[in-house]
Amino acid sequence: MKSTESTVDSANRLNSHDSVLATIDLVVRYGVSVALHGVSIHVGKGEMVALIGPNGAGKSTLLNTLSGIIRPASGRIVCNGKLAHVPEGRQIFPDLTVDDNICLGAYRGGSRDPAPMYELFPQLQRLQNRRAGGLSGGEQQMVAICRALMANPDVIAVDELSQGLAPLVVSDIARHLVELNKQNGTAVLLVEQNAQLALNITSRAYVIENGHIGLEGRSSDLLRNPAVRAAYLGGVR
Amino acid sequence: MTAFVEYLLTGVSRGLVFSLLAMGFVLIYRVTRVVNFAQGAFAIFGGFITYSLLKAGIPHGVSELLAILAAGLIGLIFGIIAIGGDIPLLASLVITIGLSIFSEAIGMLIWGTTPITYSGLAGHDFVIFGAFIQRQYLIVVIASLVVFVAVLYGFGRTYFGKAMSACASNPYAARLSGINVKRMGLIAFTLGGALGGLAGVLITPLSPLTYNADISLGITGFAAAIVGGLTSPGLAVLGGLVFGIAEQFVAGYWSPSNETAVALALLIVLLLWQAKRVPAGGLE
Repeated sequence: MKSTESTVDSANRLNSHDSVLATIDLVVRYGVSVALHGVSIHVGKGEMVALIGPNGAGKSTLLNTLSGIIRPASGRIVCNGKLAHVPEGRQIFPDLTVDDNICLGAYRGGSRDPAPMYELFPQLQRLQNRRAGGLSGGEQQMVAICRALMANPDVIAVDELSQGLAPLVVSDIARHLVELNKQNGTAVLLVEQNAQLALNITSRAYVIENGHIGLEGRSSDLLRNPAVRAAYLGGVR
Repeated sequence: MTAFVEYLLTGVSRGLVFSLLAMGFVLIYRVTRVVNFAQGAFAIFGGFITYSLLKAGIPHGVSELLAILAAGLIGLIFGIIAIGGDIPLLASLVITIGLSIFSEAIGMLIWGTTPITYSGLAGHDFVIFGAFIQRQYLIVVIASLVVFVAVLYGFGRTYFGKAMSACASNPYAARLSGINVKRMGLIAFTLGGALGGLAGVLITPLSPLTYNADISLGITGFAAAIVGGLTSPGLAVLGGLVFGIAEQFVAGYWSPSNETAVALALLIVLLLWQAKRVPAGGLE
């Protein structure tokens, strides 16, 4: 992936050989304002990691930087494998069919056969020749995930899985992600405003606030953390 | 009857030329969301360059082919100017208007202000239902049908064509999937240039072109493309045919000076119809 400035010291801090994706002191600026102030995270092989935080904290900026859409001002990204990105708001190709949407995920190479995706999400099978723009939000989210999976990634970054979806639909798709992680060992970086969901299905989590990683730890610990409960889980401090 | 058949067949072949221009609009719009108002200029360059090459003694066939390639190259250059930088869509659109005016100036400087024409591929006229039809019309029909099939197949059936459509459908997602959106846009401009060039190459032997004919050709091509909402190549072909035939009937049964007026009136009706059919902002 992209690397602008290599800092050997910080690279040594982290056992990068068993992490599939890592950032080291990543700084991103939009003009004069700083969106990420030295963010360091890592995702282990086959690990499910959550990144939670409020609107505008820098979650999507981080993912767009990982995908190479945004150039970091400084810091490093280490990617030992293929990263696929399911963007916020699903971002399907509305004018193309479900089939075409999914197949285009393999643009960088690999098999263009969508059949394995229809095994994963059987409800998409009967929609395969429909315009993706006409699908429900949940179906579009499935299409977006399938498109990302067509790249045969080692790690999949999902931005706001739950956005605008009914709770039942969210838990159904989340279950698929967990299953995928267990069966194929695909690592997952789940970026969510719905902290409850994210902390429930991941093993480790980061809390990002104003472009800083505020807290990190085991998801189960963060679920019990009073500060996290107060800020993100509707609890009382 | 004879007059009717003559008007109809002339209208069909002129309509196919409009369809080629319309397809250029559709191709560029589908990939970049830019309405390329310099589309008519490609036709002028195609016709004028063929004229110069023929005059220089280069044989038929080669001249036309070189002119189409040159129009493609001009398309690429226009594309680099219009979408090369990180600028808003509206700015790109205004740039294409500027390029169209610039092209007229270039055309006038190099080729002057007198109408330019050359004989098409030599051959006898043939007779259908008593109407004399130039062989050039037959060439127009064959060449455009081949191109239409290629474009329809390329866009609708090939992986590359789908990747091109994805660029306009959702540029951000296309980038995430690894598609080089900018390069696809430049490819679209190149192909659009070649399509426009082909239109010019085909129409110049039928009706002499002046340096400023790009406006009327461009507007008619744009109107035909509007029939398909600027995104459907198939409907754009249909639109071109409607305009071509309507134009000939107006010219034949009424007066040639009313051609353009009728085409523009049809365009306004179509725009109103499209505005009703597609919700506001749906075509942006």
